[in-house]
Amino acid sequence: MLAPRVAIALPEVKPFEFRNPVRARHVIVLLFVLAFPWFATPFLTFQIGGQALVLGLIALSLTFLGGYGGMVSLAQMTVAGIAGYSFAILGPPASADAAGISLGAPWWVAVIGAIAIAVLSAVFIGWLSVRTEGIYTIMITLAVGVAFYYLCLQNYSIFNGFQGFQRIQAPTVFGIHWKQPLPFYYLALFWALAGYLFVKYLLRAPFGIALQGIRDNPRRMNALGFNVTAHRIAAYAVAGTIAAVGGVLFAWYNGLITPGSVGTSWMINILIIAVLGGMSHPVGPFLGAIVFVLLQTFAIDVVDRERFNLVIGGVFLAIVLFSPDGLLGWWARIKSRFLLVNRGGVR
Amino acid sequence: MRKRWKIFWALVIGVPIAAFVAWGLWDNARLFVLTLLNGLTLSSLYFIVAAGFTLVFGLMRNVNLAHGSLYLLGGYIGFFVAQKTGFFTLALAAGFLGAAAVGLLMQVTVFRFMPGQELRQTMVTIALSIIIADLLMWSVGATVHQMDAPEWLAGPLRDIPLIKAYSKYRLTLLPIGIAIGVALWLFLNRTRVGMMIRAGVDDRAMLSAAGVNVNLIFAVTFAIGAGLAGLGGVIGAVELSMVPGEDVRLLLASLIVVIVGGMGSVTGAAVGAIILGVAETYGLAYAPTYSVVFTFVILALVLAFRPRGILGRPA
Repeated sequence: MLAPRVAIALPEVKPFEFRNPVRARHVIVLLFVLAFPWFATPFLTFQIGGQALVLGLIALSLTFLGGYGGMVSLAQMTVAGIAGYSFAILGPPASADAAGISLGAPWWVAVIGAIAIAVLSAVFIGWLSVRTEGIYTIMITLAVGVAFYYLCLQNYSIFNGFQGFQRIQAPTVFGIHWKQPLPFYYLALFWALAGYLFVKYLLRAPFGIALQGIRDNPRRMNALGFNVTAHRIAAYAVAGTIAAVGGVLFAWYNGLITPGSVGTSWMINILIIAVLGGMSHPVGPFLGAIVFVLLQTFAIDVVDRERFNLVIGGVFLAIVLFSPDGLLGWWARIKSRFLLVNRGGVR
Repeated sequence: MRKRWKIFWALVIGVPIAAFVAWGLWDNARLFVLTLLNGLTLSSLYFIVAAGFTLVFGLMRNVNLAHGSLYLLGGYIGFFVAQKTGFFTLALAAGFLGAAAVGLLMQVTVFRFMPGQELRQTMVTIALSIIIADLLMWSVGATVHQMDAPEWLAGPLRDIPLIKAYSKYRLTLLPIGIAIGVALWLFLNRTRVGMMIRAGVDDRAMLSAAGVNVNLIFAVTFAIGAGLAGLGGVIGAVELSMVPGEDVRLLLASLIVVIVGGMGSVTGAAVGAIILGVAETYGLAYAPTYSVVFTFVILALVLAFRPRGILGRPA
């Protein structure tokens, strides 16, 4: 029972009605992302566009959970990784050495199964971590995530150990091989937009409103008759679904899944992407992902490839120290200053 | 009712453990006892590292996720000091002081300016852990550094009944762990600074109102916590080995020890360290590819039934 047992006058919310009109900037951005592959090289389309959209989708799950549910979970990459591993295990034989493990189900069975398993894991992780609050969440989810990493690393009978699954095939449907740059970009774009609009919708639905209330004051929401624990676990399930879709796409993008894909550095990278973009709006993780992927691709031209971690750690430190709201907070600050200057000019 | 529950839990936890002990002793007594010793010596290392983590967390609510990096830093400092001078005790002191200095620097230059912002502090420690890990890899390289035990502890101790021989160095870890535990207990319970730290754990605002320089206490605590990680690093440089990635392993151990034992409690850290160290070692000896599962099951059970840890108190 999520809804309160006592009748409460909830604010009138009409989820399907657009509160904000569609502005020119929305149209411009949409046209740009749709047209991007037609003037970009396949490399840019796949490595930058596709990767940023998929990473943004995984980070979106953290933004939803952390920004609106107040639960900063480091295990979102773990959930995505569980989806990727499940796809590799259930799906078509991934590689010769792992053929004994792969069950060989058709791709759509594998995808549905992978998402279901990942969502169940997300619910379990949520159930474990909502028993304590606040800063404990980050510790517990980190512990769970690192434990999963070590399990993948040391277990050969299910996870194929250090090697992981090296040849994950994106399926060929309608005669299109979805690993190719153009189809993959549009596939990722479709799911990124779907995730974005879904989160936007959910935040104005009664569930999202209640979740934000719980973030701000759990005791009061509890007193009002809302089941705080159930809402939080449901938020983990929603975020888990988003992360799972992203996880399957990320496995297709990489063409492999190894313990490294679910290791601490990727768990932390997702946090960096979400914080870098800003957790105050669902568009934040996608901005963060674009910056992250650009840094990852082009910073190595400036500094040594080995030193990428130093760059990303420094950027993260700078953001946390000087702009805790990320790029969105930065943008808001510039905008307000700019507007103030304008007003001064009018006088 | 309460008593009945206690009996119930004692049975649920005790009977399988007793059965396992009986089976292990009957099956291969030498392996069983050796594994127990290995587990306890590993627990000793876990306790030293996690005690620092829990001390900092208890007082400042600061989850220092760079704790593993401080462990690695201390280990490397100890390794090079031992290489240059040849004195193991000097290496221990250098590892402690080096990590403590870095911890002090972190507290004075960063955390002081964001009091009460736990999440932000935690994110800063994440960023710092990435940076420290990469700087270490840059300066030391990704190769394995294995430190030799000092001469007077090298080699095995022979003629022990049943297990025949056991590494002197590892055996020494047990008294070292106990000594550090006792020293910490004395420091927290018998000295003025320790009294202030305990008061700060209970109520920071009141301690500050009583005229104590809280920033100084925080700095001292952070230095000791970081120093313990560094000390653990030097010990671990001999017992395990120093290689990038060990920081994550010890961070995971610290996290699980304080979650299981109870956050902010040094006694809890001891209990958690023994449970984790012994469970992990038995897992590795008897079910190598699933040993992490035991750790995970312990974590899940404790969180399910005692969310604040075995010895934890509500904050």
